[in-house]
Amino acid sequence: MSALLEVSGVSVSFDGFKALNNLSFNIGSQELRAVIGPNGAGKTTFMDVVTGKARPDEGRISWGEPPVSLLGTSESKIAVAGIGRKFQRPTVFEDQSVADNLVMALKKPRAPWAVLFFKPGRADWDRVAELAEEIGLADALERKSGELSHGQKQWLEIGMLLAQEPRLLLVDEPAAGMTAAEREKTTELLTEAAKTRAVVVVEHDMEFVRRLNCKVTVLHEGSVLAEGSIDHVTKNDRVIEVYLGR
Amino acid sequence: MADMTATLPGQRRRPFVMRYPSVLVFLICLSLFSVGATILSEGFGIGIISTSFIKTLGKTLCLCLVALAMDLVWGYCGILSLGHMAFFGLGGYAIGMWLMYERTRLIVAENLALGPLPPTPQELSDGIATQIFGVVGASEFPPIWAFAHSLPLQLLAVVLVPGLLALVFGWLAFRSRVTGVYLSILTQAMTLALSLYLFQNDSGLRGNNGLSGLQNLPGLDDVGQDALSVYFLWASAFALGGGYVLATWIVSGKFGSVLRGIRDDEARVRFLGYPVEGFKLFVFSLSAVIAGIAGALYYPQAGIINPAELAPIASIYLAVWVAIGGRGRLYGAVIGAAFVSLLSTWFTGGQAPDVVIGPLRIQWVDWWTVLLGLSFVGVTLFAPKGISGIVDWIAERRAPDRHGKDLGPAPGSLREQEGQE
Repeated sequence: MSALLEVSGVSVSFDGFKALNNLSFNIGSQELRAVIGPNGAGKTTFMDVVTGKARPDEGRISWGEPPVSLLGTSESKIAVAGIGRKFQRPTVFEDQSVADNLVMALKKPRAPWAVLFFKPGRADWDRVAELAEEIGLADALERKSGELSHGQKQWLEIGMLLAQEPRLLLVDEPAAGMTAAEREKTTELLTEAAKTRAVVVVEHDMEFVRRLNCKVTVLHEGSVLAEGSIDHVTKNDRVIEVYLGR
Repeated sequence: MADMTATLPGQRRRPFVMRYPSVLVFLICLSLFSVGATILSEGFGIGIISTSFIKTLGKTLCLCLVALAMDLVWGYCGILSLGHMAFFGLGGYAIGMWLMYERTRLIVAENLALGPLPPTPQELSDGIATQIFGVVGASEFPPIWAFAHSLPLQLLAVVLVPGLLALVFGWLAFRSRVTGVYLSILTQAMTLALSLYLFQNDSGLRGNNGLSGLQNLPGLDDVGQDALSVYFLWASAFALGGGYVLATWIVSGKFGSVLRGIRDDEARVRFLGYPVEGFKLFVFSLSAVIAGIAGALYYPQAGIINPAELAPIASIYLAVWVAIGGRGRLYGAVIGAAFVSLLSTWFTGGQAPDVVIGPLRIQWVDWWTVLLGLSFVGVTLFAPKGISGIVDWIAERRAPDRHGKDLGPAPGSLREQEGQE
């Protein structure tokens, strides 16, 4: 299987601190992957590099088929190319309704001129309603998203990502601060999404990763320490030493 | 669920004015105001309001329009521009050049016609140049006056000069991702630099003398100021009404969503795939164009424009008006500009009675700025929504938002959800 995203030999340093150190990482086009690692392992920097927020000092990042380099591409262009990102803290537009948030995320032309003359049609509203149903916010479409609970905001953000129809979803700690029931729903959403696209979940919580039941990549000090099933990596001595042992 | 999909699009397809009732209310108020002022004016009505006050009202409408432009960039897009009066001033200069050129030409031509020979074009041109630039010791037209003879070209300049300046400035600033307070400082620097440049005698715009006599429209000498002031009031009212409708259209719908998204979380909008810089540039330039038009209507009513009008303080006042009126809603900006600038006229006009507290005698001409500063601090701290927050307060009292609350007074009565079933 050819890779959808191929990161090879990427290094990034901030003020002498090596956040990523010769990191290589591949993901196929329909795959769910969990990335774990202790604080400072480079998980967030990895996402920053892929989404264009941080520039690597060296290395290659190629995307899609045929592969194109993502280096030097702006955040918005990378997003349009099909990489969606969910931040750790739920970041929805709190001042606006759930429906407005979803409409903004729908995969439509993004240029100012096109947006100015954009009118959501029947199909768009149906899609919004469908997404709202999927993320359990069908009854809250007209509510301001600032009024939603923490878990609901996380789902709304996942819904916005799905609305973008990305080919790769990068999700940063989706289960943080969620109740057990909410976690279950989130697991469902992510595994469902991974059936039609690639999903990378960065997570701290081992229980949650186990529930995702997917291949796991362990990062440590900016490079890959181990890769494989959850049972495989949790038996790895070095993983136990740097991560689980603490 | 089924009825959700059915009602949602329906709700959104109502006519424009029905979805945004504030537009209709605003246009009605504006028309009533203009008609009322006309009836009370000296030019066309019973003469209760003096011509100079009609001019003040007309100028206030122009200030409301530039406040609207400010609200578009600041209240909706989060760009605190502290240089917007530069665009306003440039609009004024652009129209002022034609007004001054054409009127001087008519006068010079009349004088030269008295001579034994008809004047050559060169004599005419020299005569006009000496008249206009004598005060700065020059007798030739600077290159930027090349189009001053043509009203259509200068009208084009009213729109193009502020628009292009904003486009270039914005492109440089937004592309480098300058935001927040640094951007505000940059815009201050822009208007300061422009104003200092215009103060120079060789700037080609008569240095600190500025352009004057703008209240006299060339070729309309027969029409008195009392009538002209009413015409300008109406022109300003039309511009404000049009600007309001345009601004409402822009901030509604998806474009408005994206703008408010940029204001609240720029990075997130970027990761949604929107080219944030393009959006900012569009709004910033459009708002500069609106400001230019407002200036072009303002200065013929004021009669004079000089570089002091572009000083940084003017743009700061503009931000204060919008903050006091309530930013992030269009009528807030209009209310703020009208209220504060009229109040300012009253206080600084010497009509407000002095207040004597013991040995301290408060003369409002001097103390008005102190009062304005204090009310700005007060609004920022205690009423962030500004004057237009009152509208929310009234709406809340008339139709309280009971979502999720008990429907009845007794505890345990039907909740909203149960009530709908």
